[in-house]
Amino acid sequence: MPPVPRFPLFARLLHWLMAAMILTMLFIGIFMVTSVGPAYQRLVDIHRPLGICILLLAVIRLLNRFMMRAPSLPDTLPLPLQRIAHASHIVLYTLMIGMPLIGWAMLSAGDYPVTMWNGIALPPILPHDPVLFAFLRGLHTWLAFALFATILAHLSAALLHGLILRDGVWQTMALRWNPAKRRDAG
Amino acid sequence: MMELIRKRLAEPGGWLRLAVVATVPAALGAAFVFAAGWLSPGRLTPATFMHTFLVTSGAQPGFRRNHAKGVCVTGWFDGNVETASFSRAALFTSMRSPVVGRFALAGGMPYQDDTPGTVRSLALRIMPAHGGEWRMGINDIPVFPAPDAATFNALLLASWPDSRTGKPDPTRMAAFLVQHPETKRALALISSRRLTSGFADDTYNSLDSFTFVNAQGIATPVRWAMVPEQKDHPPAPQEKGPDYLFNDLITAIGQGALHWHLIVTLGNPGDPTADPALPWSGPHRQLDAGTLTLTAAQSEDGGPCTGITYDPLVLPDGIAPSDDPIPAARSAVYSRSFTLRSGEIKPASAITPADVNPGAQ
Repeated sequence: MPPVPRFPLFARLLHWLMAAMILTMLFIGIFMVTSVGPAYQRLVDIHRPLGICILLLAVIRLLNRFMMRAPSLPDTLPLPLQRIAHASHIVLYTLMIGMPLIGWAMLSAGDYPVTMWNGIALPPILPHDPVLFAFLRGLHTWLAFALFATILAHLSAALLHGLILRDGVWQTMALRWNPAKRRDAG
Repeated sequence: MMELIRKRLAEPGGWLRLAVVATVPAALGAAFVFAAGWLSPGRLTPATFMHTFLVTSGAQPGFRRNHAKGVCVTGWFDGNVETASFSRAALFTSMRSPVVGRFALAGGMPYQDDTPGTVRSLALRIMPAHGGEWRMGINDIPVFPAPDAATFNALLLASWPDSRTGKPDPTRMAAFLVQHPETKRALALISSRRLTSGFADDTYNSLDSFTFVNAQGIATPVRWAMVPEQKDHPPAPQEKGPDYLFNDLITAIGQGALHWHLIVTLGNPGDPTADPALPWSGPHRQLDAGTLTLTAAQSEDGGPCTGITYDPLVLPDGIAPSDDPIPAARSAVYSRSFTLRSGEIKPASAITPADVNPGAQ
C-alpha cells in the first residue's frame, strides 16, 4: 500500500478542535482551583460538561485512529525519537480519556452531584469513599500537569517539524495543505 | 537530523524560525504559570484560607478547617408546594426528602468549649428522590461579617487570639475595624443578636443571597432562615460544661423530633444581594417553604455528615447563585478543606459515638 500523505480531514478537524478544548480545560482548571472569586462557580460549571465532551470526542477519536491509516514519520527522524513520538501519543490518548474519567470518578467518590447543566446530572461511577476522593483529587491535578507538559513537548516538536525540519510532518496534521511550501516557492 | 537542523539554521531567517519554535510553547507555559497564580503570591486562593485556619486554629488533621466541632443529624424535609410559584426545585413538590445535616460551632478548633456566644451553624443536605439535591450551611447570626472573601480572611487574621494572652489583640482588631467600617457595622449587628439556650431553639440564616427560578424562568432574589418550632429560651445563667450545647441537642432530639420552618424572604428591588454583610431592611414578603424534621443525632466519627462537604453551590435546578461573592468563595475553600481532611488521619471528635448513644456501649 502506498504511504498516506496526511491524516484524513475528520481526524485533523478532531485534532484541532480537541487541542483548543483541552487547552481551554487546562487553563480553566488551574485558574479555578486557585481562585475564590466570583468566576469560580462559572468556571466549575463549564469544567464539568466540557470535560465530558472531551471524553466523548476522545473515545470517537481513538476509534477513528484504529480505523484509519496514519501517515508514518519520515526515515530522517532517528529511531529513538520515533519511539518517543509514538509513546507521547499513547500518553496523550491515555490522559485525554483518563482525565475526564478521573474527574467524574473523583466527584462520585466525594459524593458530589456530577451536574452537567439545568439540573441534568450524570450517575456516580464510584461508590462514596472520601479517602479515594482525596487520592483522585490529587491525581487529577498531577496528571493535568503531566498532560500540559506533554502538550508543550508535542507542540514544540510539531513547530520544529513545521518551521525548521520542514520534513512534511507538520503538514500531515495541518488544516491548510503545506503553507511552508508556498512560502519556500516564493 | 542534526545535520538538517544546522543546514536550516544557516538559511536566511533560520534563527528567527527557531525563536518561534521556542517562544510559542514558552509563552503558553508562562500563561499557565500566570493562571495558576504562581507569579502572584498575593492572590487570594483556597490555600490562603487553609493557611489562615492553620495560623488561627493550629493543625487539626482530619477535621473541617472551619466549623470543626460538630455532630451529624438526620431527618427529612417536607416542601411546601406553594413555593413552586417562585422556584421549580423538585424538593418543594417532592414527597418527603431525606436530610443529612450537621450542627457545629464556628471556628477551626474541634475541641473548643461550648459557650453561649459562639456562632452556631446548621449544615443541610436535602436529597429529593429523583435528583435536585440542595446543600447549605446556615448560621445563627443576622449578617455575614464581611462583604467579600478578602475582608473575611483579613478579619480572621485580625481577630486571631494572641498566643500570650489567649485573647484577640485589641489594637490589631481596632486597626482592622478602622479600615473596614462595613465589618464594624456587621459585627455590631452580630453581637447584639438575641442568644438562645442551644442549637434546638436557634434560628439559622442563609446570610448569602441566592436566586429562586420558577418554571417560567422568572427569577426572584431570596434569603432564607430555618426558624425553630421549639420555643426559645435565654442562655443558661451559668456554665454547663465544655460540650453542653451538643449534649443538650442530643438529649432534645432523643426526646422527640425537632422541627424548623424554612422561611424564605423574597427580595425587593434594590435589596443588597451582592453584600452579605448588609441586612435586607424594611417590609418583605416571606413564605413558609417547608418543614425540616430532625429525628436522630450521630457522632461525626462514622456519622453520615463527615464524608461530604456542605458546598453552598450544590443547588438544584430552580435555585441559582446571585451576585453575592461569598458562596463561590465558600465552595472553593470547602472543596480544598474536604480534599485535605479526607486524606488525613482524624483523631476522635469531641462528641464521640458514646456521647450520642451512652446505652450502646
